[in-house]
Amino acid sequence: MATPSIKTIPIRHCNFEAKVKTAGSGPPLVYLHAAGGPIWDPFVEGLTERYTVYAPHHPGTGETARDSIHAVDSLWDLVLIYDEIFDALDLGSVPIVGTSFGGMMACELAAHRPERVSQMVLLDPIGLWRDDAPVAPYMLMPPEKLVATLYKNLGSPAVQAALKMPDDPKAIAVGIADLVWSLGATGKFVWPIPDKGLKKRLHRVKADTLIIWGDDDALISSVYAKEFADRIVNSRIEIIKDCGHVPQVERLEAVAPLVTNFLHA
Amino acid sequence: MKVTMFHFMPYRDLPEDFPRGLASAWVDAPWWEYGDANKVTDYYNWSIDELMLAAKLGFDGIGTNEHHQNPYGFMCNPNLFGAILAKMTRDQGLDHVALVQLGATVAATSPPIRIAEEYAVLDCISGGRLVAGIPLGLGCDANISYGVTPIEQRERWREAVDLMLKAWTAKEFFAWNGKHYQLPKVNLWPRPVQDPHPPLLVPGTVSSSTWDYCHDRNLPFAYLSYFGGKSADNVMDRFWERAAAKGKDANPYRASFLQLVGVAETDRQAEEEYAKHVEYFYHKLLHQPTYQIAPPGYSDYKSLLNVLVSGKNFLQIGDLSIDLKPFKAKDMIEKEFVVVGSPATVRDKLEAMAKRLNVGHLMVALQFGSMPHGRAKKNIDLFGREVLPHLQTIWEDQKWENPWWPKRLRNRTVKQREFATA
Repeated sequence: MATPSIKTIPIRHCNFEAKVKTAGSGPPLVYLHAAGGPIWDPFVEGLTERYTVYAPHHPGTGETARDSIHAVDSLWDLVLIYDEIFDALDLGSVPIVGTSFGGMMACELAAHRPERVSQMVLLDPIGLWRDDAPVAPYMLMPPEKLVATLYKNLGSPAVQAALKMPDDPKAIAVGIADLVWSLGATGKFVWPIPDKGLKKRLHRVKADTLIIWGDDDALISSVYAKEFADRIVNSRIEIIKDCGHVPQVERLEAVAPLVTNFLHA
Repeated sequence: MKVTMFHFMPYRDLPEDFPRGLASAWVDAPWWEYGDANKVTDYYNWSIDELMLAAKLGFDGIGTNEHHQNPYGFMCNPNLFGAILAKMTRDQGLDHVALVQLGATVAATSPPIRIAEEYAVLDCISGGRLVAGIPLGLGCDANISYGVTPIEQRERWREAVDLMLKAWTAKEFFAWNGKHYQLPKVNLWPRPVQDPHPPLLVPGTVSSSTWDYCHDRNLPFAYLSYFGGKSADNVMDRFWERAAAKGKDANPYRASFLQLVGVAETDRQAEEEYAKHVEYFYHKLLHQPTYQIAPPGYSDYKSLLNVLVSGKNFLQIGDLSIDLKPFKAKDMIEKEFVVVGSPATVRDKLEAMAKRLNVGHLMVALQFGSMPHGRAKKNIDLFGREVLPHLQTIWEDQKWENPWWPKRLRNRTVKQREFATA
């Protein structure tokens, strides 16, 4: 197993001190995490077998300074921060894998700098809105409802492993504070409706795109797969049966080969 | 002690089985199932009459606040009510009474100089009797009902307050190039009567950031707890500790406390009379989950960690995340969430509480929950005649100044108060 390390990258834009978790060897690949904050799970671990994975932490989350989010005023700022992180990592044209909020950010980057994103894997991304299928208000839920909204098979060992809490009460308190703050720090760019104009920008994306969606996603319905596919020129959809919002956790055995085969094609 | 009658203006006739399967009484209670505009006609008028009765009985202040989309209290703009009260108190010769607007939420009003203008209007109509509350605003109101981004709310609030103060006091035109607000030319009409501006009051709960804000700016803090003086020790102790750490004195007028109160002839009568209204308030109107009060980002990280690491020990029972349904009125009276009893009992309990918590301002809610107009008037009348005069003398034997009260109302003597009550 590759042992991840944290790269610290001072960014000129917003004076943000970026933190990028990295591991693996091979060509570069960028992984963008979901609203709940950075997670280094078996799916990401698997990617390190063939790639040097760079996983930037959203401002205010993970290894970054909590208050750094206050200097990032807009989605425009956030996109430029990523652009400067890519510069610093000397990434020319790179594949991006993004999950949920991270999927939205992948689309924003690919729309802003189409030449910079060679391939894109979107795992149940947010960023579009349909009145007849509203995105669940995941920032306004008690923990048990949030968990039930994220996963179809709560009892499965993979989901249970993902939800496992530390034993130490202090660590639990810090974990909850980090989770809540991550939802707030990412929520800055999607509140109160996660529809900030991406629909007008998706046509600019040039990257070959694989859109993976859990068939039973209760956070953002799988009907959105087609909404993304209709707007991204070179894209195709894979629907994962019996699966909720986080297919790479809930159905890793199905998702991992799809992603690997797509990236190697 | 300065005593203000504070009104939530609740919906008083929710059905027995409310809130049924609702996740919250706030935002989630459908108007089309529960609301009746004809009843609300009475509620608004009764509430204004109840506050006016308090003014007639010699209370130092009368107070209103802002909430949205719920039956707990729906004065969507407290300044509408403040304007009515300013005019009525003036016309009826009751200009001893302060208008404690607790208040309008600047961070959810765009642009916030609208509140600077409205407060100035109130100060003008009332002839300088405004206390200008500057609440941060609850998440359910600002974030959900009004769509303000939670993680921006606190910095919006700080900027809005700075803008309001400059708009009140600047003797030149200015452009405001803020992070959240931009205005090309500010020249506020009118300005407040009080010079340089009305006293500010910062309401809040358990946020250490809010306490620090108060101490750094020498502003008073109003602890809006629903769990009574008994459970407020931890919070107020920390507030005073932080005051000392920042070199501030222990002037009780730095602090204000909110308390639900029910008075009747005897303790037993009081318990019988107010029990159902107590349960209505705590079980129906306060039916609200924490994710609505403070959505992610609303509490800053330091305060969040502070509360989470301290856990239940910090708040004891003063925590809205606990289920209040198992508490019967008797328990809540015993725990003093509400102070209910004969005039003597209420006097003693409130005096002990004020002295223990070291608060110089008391806000009493004398109409709460389903309490009908007739009972509310009796409560205000009994409190006004038998409890209020006693409480008003607290702290008067001490040297403390109260710069956080309208200047022209600061030196109201005992004699003047007796005249008002006569």
